[in-house]
Amino acid sequence: MLFFILRRLGTMLLTMVCLTLVVFFLVNLEPNLKKLAISQTEMHTSAEQLEQWLVNHGYRQNFFVRYGQWLGVIKKAPIINPETGKAEQRFSFCNDPVEPVYSGVLQGDFGCSTKFKTTAAKRLFPALGATGILMFWVLVVMIPISLLIGILAGMREGSRTDRTLSVASIATTATPEYVSGVIFTVIFASWLGWLNGSAASASQGITFYNFTLPVMTLAIYGIGYIARMTRASMVEVMTQQYIRTARLKGLSFSTVVIKHALRNALIAPFTVIMLQFPWLLTGVVIVEVMFRYQGFGYILVEAAGNNDIDLLLGCSLASVFIVLITQLISDVGYAYLNPRIRVQ
Amino acid sequence: MVSEFVGPLGVVTGVLVRFWPVWLALALVLAASFTYKKRLGLYGQLFDSYVGIAGVIICLFWLFTAVFASTISPFNPLQQIVVMKDALPGAIEPETHKIFLFGGDKLARDVFSRMVYGSQIVLIIAPAATGFALMVGITLGLPAGYYGGKIDTVLSFLANLVLAFPVILLFYLLVTPGIMDTPIPYGMAGLFFIFPIIFFCVLFWTRYKNRPDRLYLLLGLTLVIGGWIYVGLVFDKDPLRIVHIDPNQLNIFVAVVFASSPGVFRIVRGLTMDIKTRDYVAAAQTRGETPWYIMLWEILPNARGPLIVDTCLRIGYTTILLGTLGYFGLGLAPESPDWGTAIKDASRLLRQTIHPALPPTIALMSFVLGLNLLADSLREQSLKD
Repeated sequence: MLFFILRRLGTMLLTMVCLTLVVFFLVNLEPNLKKLAISQTEMHTSAEQLEQWLVNHGYRQNFFVRYGQWLGVIKKAPIINPETGKAEQRFSFCNDPVEPVYSGVLQGDFGCSTKFKTTAAKRLFPALGATGILMFWVLVVMIPISLLIGILAGMREGSRTDRTLSVASIATTATPEYVSGVIFTVIFASWLGWLNGSAASASQGITFYNFTLPVMTLAIYGIGYIARMTRASMVEVMTQQYIRTARLKGLSFSTVVIKHALRNALIAPFTVIMLQFPWLLTGVVIVEVMFRYQGFGYILVEAAGNNDIDLLLGCSLASVFIVLITQLISDVGYAYLNPRIRVQ
Repeated sequence: MVSEFVGPLGVVTGVLVRFWPVWLALALVLAASFTYKKRLGLYGQLFDSYVGIAGVIICLFWLFTAVFASTISPFNPLQQIVVMKDALPGAIEPETHKIFLFGGDKLARDVFSRMVYGSQIVLIIAPAATGFALMVGITLGLPAGYYGGKIDTVLSFLANLVLAFPVILLFYLLVTPGIMDTPIPYGMAGLFFIFPIIFFCVLFWTRYKNRPDRLYLLLGLTLVIGGWIYVGLVFDKDPLRIVHIDPNQLNIFVAVVFASSPGVFRIVRGLTMDIKTRDYVAAAQTRGETPWYIMLWEILPNARGPLIVDTCLRIGYTTILLGTLGYFGLGLAPESPDWGTAIKDASRLLRQTIHPALPPTIALMSFVLGLNLLADSLREQSLKD
């Protein structure tokens, strides 16, 4: 088991290196660098001055050297000002080193955010925290509801409850966040006026009034999917021999469901919930943009829209890390929960 | 401002009347399907359950809407009639006396016509992109599952690499105006669009190797038609100017294929690994059939059930992806009538007007719902056998 986890961690590191390399390549494409230079300089700058800006800020160094510097395996060299001959900071707003040091992600330095004029870490981690709060409430709402729906539907396969709940969960999987968000805002904010259509004030303090719509919108898309997986798993368990034995022993239906079926039926949904995180990440971006909540998704959109290289790299690293770590937890957890499956 | 309006009843009847070609076509298809239900195989079995019937009706509804879009919509989707700005549903346009059935949006365009034309964009790109993703996934998934070993390790690693990307980040990196100045989208298009040609060539080669008369005809047809479409799509140099795609649409198309082919790959690989242990595969191996013959003519036909279900779900998912792209204003032109762009435009103004937001959201939701119902009912049917 330990060997398995170690090997998975190795693959994970390799994946992260590959992915950040791909992202690094894409954000450093010529048109993107041009866009960055234009947005960072004054209006009506000539092509030579744009080029000079890129050279001065170190964007014209060798691609792999720069990737190595970002990663922290190559020393970050300061830019020498040709006029004074002295070492200068690339960006004054984020304390770039003035002598060559190893200062990359491995050392905990995520670089400078050109959009927000601060260090990338200063924006990234609070944003991740804000999104963490959102995710927490989404999971608190989503998991119990979806498990309950799935168990109720799968308990008696083919019954009217089952069919109604199944169609309802299909309907929620057909409703992406930008659709349900609009519909909920129309109903609860515009017509009924119960809830706030913007979560911008949630950064100061979370209230039921400003936080319900984003949580609801995010949860609803996942509920259908998890409920259907739980239902499938429950249906399978309910046809097992030991359930029939328990029923024939004379146990009541509710006891059989709660004591015998439930535990075995919940193994599969665990994996599904863990694998929902990548989907939730996309949903988070949509919901945060729609409800103006300043979290990870908002940062990502701003970074991507302005080609903020270091911040975007930090965002991709964070999201890829979340995706891969949840995959690992789901695999390990599955093997742990289900004694029949042991890793060879 | 507009002074004349028709009431809610007028709007409902107006919408029903405008959709007349769709109702006619639906009635014909459904009547034919019910009459010849027994002979239609899997499609006929769909009509055994209400869920299946609902799925078929919704999908056909949008299909016919896309086909007859120019007849159904009363206005041009891009035409701006200034007096109709933010007009409420049922407002009558003063000059032509036609009705803005679902009102006008902030740029004074007819919301109803835009919704109808939006179906065209979705129903062309989503199934086509899914088709290409299917081809890529099958052509790579079969050998990965069948041979296993190194080729499987490498391909699976690449697939997991793409799957570990949050979709939205992938789109922000791949679908930007800047990237069209680089050869990346064209290179990727060139790579992905070659897979269908390879697939069909290998398919025919393995089957008709010993019957040159058939083989040369089929191979020739594949190469001519495939090559024609390939040249038209990737280089935009179709000599007859029939196959044509805008650079930004090509970019979207490639990004969507790229995002969804690893999913197909994983499913095909899993199915192949399962099916290759069956007796009929062993029999074919003993007969001395080549590996590719076994993969394409023994394994693939037996994997079709789950693949059809997955394709249905995947078209729905691709529709959602297209909507996401539209919602973030990536790739598609800002005035494009597709549903995602319409939802984006309307959702920013929800505080003032809500009527432009509802038609595209309900359209997108119902189409994806139809596909999901179809997939669910197909799954039920294939489990029965």
